[in-house]
Amino acid sequence: MTAFANEPTNGPSNGPTGGSANGEAIRVEGVAKRFGSVTALRDVNLRLGTGEVLGLIGDNGAGKSTLIKVLSGYHRPDRGRILIHGEPAALRSVQHARALGIETVYQDLALINSLPVYLNLHLNKEPVRWPFLRKRIMRQRARRYLDDMGINIPSVNSEVANLSGGQRQAIAVARAVYSEARILLLDEPLAAMGAKEGAIILDLIRMLRERGDVSMIIIAHNYGQIFDVCDRINLLQHGEITVDKPTSETSVEELVELVAREYRVSGLAADQGQVLADVREGAGS
Amino acid sequence: MATRQERSAGSATQPPAGPPPPSDRAMGRAGNAVARAAFTGASAGLLRMRELSVLIVVVALSIYFAVSNPAFASAQNAAVIASFTASAAIIAAGEVMLLVSGELDLSVGMTFAMTPFILLWAMDLGAPFIVALFVALAGAALVGVVNGVVTVGLGVHSFITTLGTLFLVHGVTLIISGSFPKPAPSKGFVTQVLGGWPWAQILWAIVIVIVMHAVLTGTRWGTYTIATGGNPTGASEAGIKIRRIKMRNFIACAVLGGFAGIVEGIHVTQSFDPNAGGNELMFTAIAAAVIGGTALAGGSGTVIGAFLGAVVLGVLRNGFTLQGISANTYFVILGVAIIASMVLNTQLSRFRREAKAG
Repeated sequence: MTAFANEPTNGPSNGPTGGSANGEAIRVEGVAKRFGSVTALRDVNLRLGTGEVLGLIGDNGAGKSTLIKVLSGYHRPDRGRILIHGEPAALRSVQHARALGIETVYQDLALINSLPVYLNLHLNKEPVRWPFLRKRIMRQRARRYLDDMGINIPSVNSEVANLSGGQRQAIAVARAVYSEARILLLDEPLAAMGAKEGAIILDLIRMLRERGDVSMIIIAHNYGQIFDVCDRINLLQHGEITVDKPTSETSVEELVELVAREYRVSGLAADQGQVLADVREGAGS
Repeated sequence: MATRQERSAGSATQPPAGPPPPSDRAMGRAGNAVARAAFTGASAGLLRMRELSVLIVVVALSIYFAVSNPAFASAQNAAVIASFTASAAIIAAGEVMLLVSGELDLSVGMTFAMTPFILLWAMDLGAPFIVALFVALAGAALVGVVNGVVTVGLGVHSFITTLGTLFLVHGVTLIISGSFPKPAPSKGFVTQVLGGWPWAQILWAIVIVIVMHAVLTGTRWGTYTIATGGNPTGASEAGIKIRRIKMRNFIACAVLGGFAGIVEGIHVTQSFDPNAGGNELMFTAIAAAVIGGTALAGGSGTVIGAFLGAVVLGVLRNGFTLQGISANTYFVILGVAIIASMVLNTQLSRFRREAKAG
C-alpha cells in the first residue's frame, strides 16, 4: 500500500488556486440544525471544489464545529441538502460518510488514551484476519506513516496518553490523511501545537493541496496561521455563511475587520477596543 | 521498506530510545522501573506488572499457608480452592469486559442461580440436555439484553439497572424453583464434559479466561470495548457503535454468569440451589477484577489479572479456614485488599502523570 493510496481519478489535477475547475466535492444547500432551543446552523450554503482548500472561520459558537459534524455524518441536519461529488447524500452515520470518502479530524481528536499509537491510527479501520487484529501489519504501517510525515514518536506501542499535545494532534491528522480520504475535514488542526509541530501539519496540508486529489475544509480560530494554505475563505456567523472570498481577493487584515464588524453591528461587546484587540490576537500567527 | 524499527515493536517494557528522560525529581530511585514502563508500554506495561504482582501475591500466600499447615498443599485441598475460584473467575471475565467498557453488572450472581432452573425447565419439557443448555444460556442472555437495553437504550446508569434486575431475577428464580433446590442432571456425555470430570470446573474457567483475554487484547470487540470505556465521545466520533459494544458486553457477562451457574451445580453440589451464587459471588468477582488491576472508571483492565485476583481470594479464604480463622477475618482482609488495590491503581496513575510532567 502506498502512502497516498487514492490516486487522482478526476482528470488533471487542479492548480493551487483553481479549485472549482473539476466540479464539486461538497455542496451544502440550506442546511439547518437545532439542539433543543439553540439554533446552531440557520441556513448554511457552502461549496467545496474538488482539490480545493477552504478555510472556515467564524467566532466561537458560530456553528463551525456543528457544520463539520454534519458533514462527517455525526449529526444529522434538520433541513437542507448535502451533495457529495455531485450526488445527493443523506449522511446517516460516520461510517456512511467515511464510505463516501469523508474523513474528519475532530477538535477533541477522538483519540483513545489507553490504546497504543498504532491502534489509534487504525481505529475502526483495523485490518483483521478473523477473529484477530493484524497487529504486526498495523505497527508497520503506523511506523511508516509517522516517518513519512516526519512526526517524531519513538514507539508506535506508546499509549497516546503519554504523548505531547502536538504529537497527539499529529496522530489524529495522520489517521485522517492515511485513510484514502477524498474529502478531509479538519477542525482546529493546529490547536494544541507549538510552532514547529504546527509547521509539520501545514506542510502536510500544502503537500496534499499540490497533489490536488484531496479536498479540504479547515476550521481555525487562529486564521492567520492557515490563511496561506487556503484557496478560499468562508466566514460563518450565527449559523450562516456571510462571506465567501478567494484568499487572493482578501487578506488577514480584512478578515479581522469582518469578524470585528460583527461585534459592532450586533452590539454584543461592551468594550469594542478590547474585542478588537482579542480578535487581532486571535488572527495573529 | 517497512522493516526498519520494527524490532522495537515487540517489547512493551523496553526502555524508550527517543523521548527525553524525565527529571530526577520526578523519578525516585525505587520508581525508576515503574517510570520507564509508564513511558513506553504505559498501561499495557502497567497491567503486565499488575498481573505479575498479583501472581507474586498468590505464590507468597500459597507458600505461607503450605508452611503453616500441611493440609494446604494437598491435591484434595487444591480442588477445594479451584472450585471456589472457578465460578468467580468465569464471572470476573465477563465483569472485566463490562467494567472496561464503562459499565457493571450487579445482577450476574442472580443470573448464575436462575440459569440452571431454566435448564431444568427445558429438560422437563422433554428437550435433550444440549438443547436445554442453549435455551438456558439464551435465558441468561435475555437478562443481559434487558440490562443493556435499559442502560444504553433508556439511559439509566448500569448500577441502577442491574440493581433492579438483581432483585427481579432473584424473584423469578425463587418462583420457578419453588424456593427448593433440585438435583442437577448427572448423566450423559455433555453433562460429563461440563462438570463430571474432577477438574472440569477450573478447566472451563481457564479456557474462558484465555478466550476472553484474547477477545479483550486481540480483537475488534476488545479494542472497541477499551475505546468505549476510555473515550466514549472519541470512540463514537471514530464511528464505533458504543451502544452495540456495551450491549454485547452485558450479554457476554450474563451468559458467562449463567454458564458458571450450570457448571457449579453439576460439578460441585450436584444440585441446583435457588440461593446459590448471589451477591457474595458477584462481589467476589468484581473484587477479583479490581484486585487484578481493572479500573472501575473504564478504559483499561485485564482478564488474566482478574483470574489471579480470584485465585488470591480463593487461597486466602481457604487458608484462613484451614488455620481456623473465622470467615469474619476473611471479610476484613478482603475489604483491605480491595481498598489497597484501588489506592495502588490511583497512585500508580498519578505517579505516571507526574513522571510525564517532570
